[in-house]
Amino acid sequence: MEGSRAARARFDASVARARCKRYRRRILDMSQHVSALHIGGAYSCTEIVDCIYNEFMRPGASGGKSPDTFLMSKGHGCMIQYVILEDLGVLSKADLDAYCTPAGRLGTHPDYGNPGIEASTGALGHGLSMVVGMALAERGRRTDGVIYTVLSDGEVQEGSTWEATLMATSLGLTNIVAFVDNNDFQSLGRTSVTHPSFYPLTDKFAAFGWEVIEIDGHDPRAIYEAVTGRSGKKPLMVIAKTTKGKGVSYMENVPMWHYRSPNKEEYAQAIRELEAQP
Amino acid sequence: MRNTFSEALYEEATKNPDIYIVVSDISPAGSMAKFTTQYPERFINVGVAEQTMIGIAAGLALKGCQPFAYTIATFSLYRPFEMVRDDLCYQNLPVTVVGMGAGVIYSTLGGTHHTQEDIAVAGAIPNMQIVAPCDPLECTEATRWCARQKNGPVYLRIGKAGEPVLTKDAEPWQFGKIRYLRRGSDVCILTYGVITKMAAAVADALQAQGKSVSLVSVHTMKPLDRDGIVGALQRHKQVVVIEEHAPQGGLAAQTKQLAWDAKATCRLDTFTLQDAFIHNYGSYEDLLAAHGLSAGKILAAVA
Repeated sequence: MEGSRAARARFDASVARARCKRYRRRILDMSQHVSALHIGGAYSCTEIVDCIYNEFMRPGASGGKSPDTFLMSKGHGCMIQYVILEDLGVLSKADLDAYCTPAGRLGTHPDYGNPGIEASTGALGHGLSMVVGMALAERGRRTDGVIYTVLSDGEVQEGSTWEATLMATSLGLTNIVAFVDNNDFQSLGRTSVTHPSFYPLTDKFAAFGWEVIEIDGHDPRAIYEAVTGRSGKKPLMVIAKTTKGKGVSYMENVPMWHYRSPNKEEYAQAIRELEAQP
Repeated sequence: MRNTFSEALYEEATKNPDIYIVVSDISPAGSMAKFTTQYPERFINVGVAEQTMIGIAAGLALKGCQPFAYTIATFSLYRPFEMVRDDLCYQNLPVTVVGMGAGVIYSTLGGTHHTQEDIAVAGAIPNMQIVAPCDPLECTEATRWCARQKNGPVYLRIGKAGEPVLTKDAEPWQFGKIRYLRRGSDVCILTYGVITKMAAAVADALQAQGKSVSLVSVHTMKPLDRDGIVGALQRHKQVVVIEEHAPQGGLAAQTKQLAWDAKATCRLDTFTLQDAFIHNYGSYEDLLAAHGLSAGKILAAVA
């Protein structure tokens, strides 16, 4: 969370990996208390969201709110947001224990008003326009806040996402860092099968005037360097190649794990696999 | 109304640096030129992209700003409906969605530009407030209120240009309260928006016949002033609703509900647009007439 050059040089991918392992494990534990959760899509963006919260967003003055903002445009990935917000002390263990129960306040999509949640998402194609509005407000107030967001690759099929993509550059906004969690899956199958001519995505965003970089979305150092190495003269779109269900063999690239919870045996296997990873 | 809207918004913007206007390829006339010259960074034209117009307004509001989203009513409410519902109403943000030229004002442009069911559509969303001023002066009051309120989203339904002043000597405008433009004891006409001009003509004619007539601007269509309307139902022998909106979900339907709930005994006649896409072209009055709305027809039915 430190912003100095020296701190940046101290970036340690192994520390990020250890955090991500812990976060995946925590999501697995939560999965045993609910019938369904978006585990596959949370695992595909684990490293990205970890980096945003733990490496990019600056701490607020005297422990207050960060001057930067994270808006989870792919709202169904919010499990990873919840476990990180718990880790940061923004949400409590009690909050996560009461996930999707009448006693709690957290559901399968993020709800504005809950601690650390900057916008209600879940319906796709809404996030990037709100990000543009937030970035505009920061510029209007001459503040230096950066707005971070994560989009799903299915979400990029929404026309509204492209309206916002166009607006970000038409307005000359430079304080937006966006990721596409390009796990190549949407509810009904592979995004690249649904829309073969949609790829490469990189060219599309570059044609709309964004700075674009394509990386391995599970490589913390690649994520870190993509963002810290940006020019700052344009909004940044990081096309992060990811694997849906990353980290658990039987979940990887299997659409059923978009929404399913593992049973006891599956849970045990998943834990073994996660623990065995470096 | 467009001109007084932009004048009022400009005045508010000079006092509040958090006021933004996000427009979709349509700009209010009049003082908007001053706004765009003095505050170019707070005048955002998204072009023909209404979904992002609403989303950007939501993003501004999430950062504490007080944005207005402005375009022709069909495109400010229907095209980006899910953004209005989720981004503005679900998050309960103080964004004003301006529906300009609502009703059948765009009388030669056909059904794509007619806004016949906006009160029902906007009114069905939780947290949404609806204000529909009847003349330029009410438009000024409503715009000022929208610029200062923090309750949540507002759908501000306004006309276009050239509406006559009807409220010069009326009681003060108050959000959420019906407003008597004139008070009588026999007949009460409840109305709102641009068609209030026709309602005033009906009131004049009834008065000429010797009746004592109330004319009421129900400018706040949500939350509806239930007590005010029930009071009007109880204090008059006859109540007439005139509105430029479909029969469902507007003032006519809601007044009937209130009359039933309150066990009202007055005579109640309602006049609305038809539940139909009519393929007629002509003047604004021609379109209203094609829907069955004219002062003469209403007068003949209620007198």
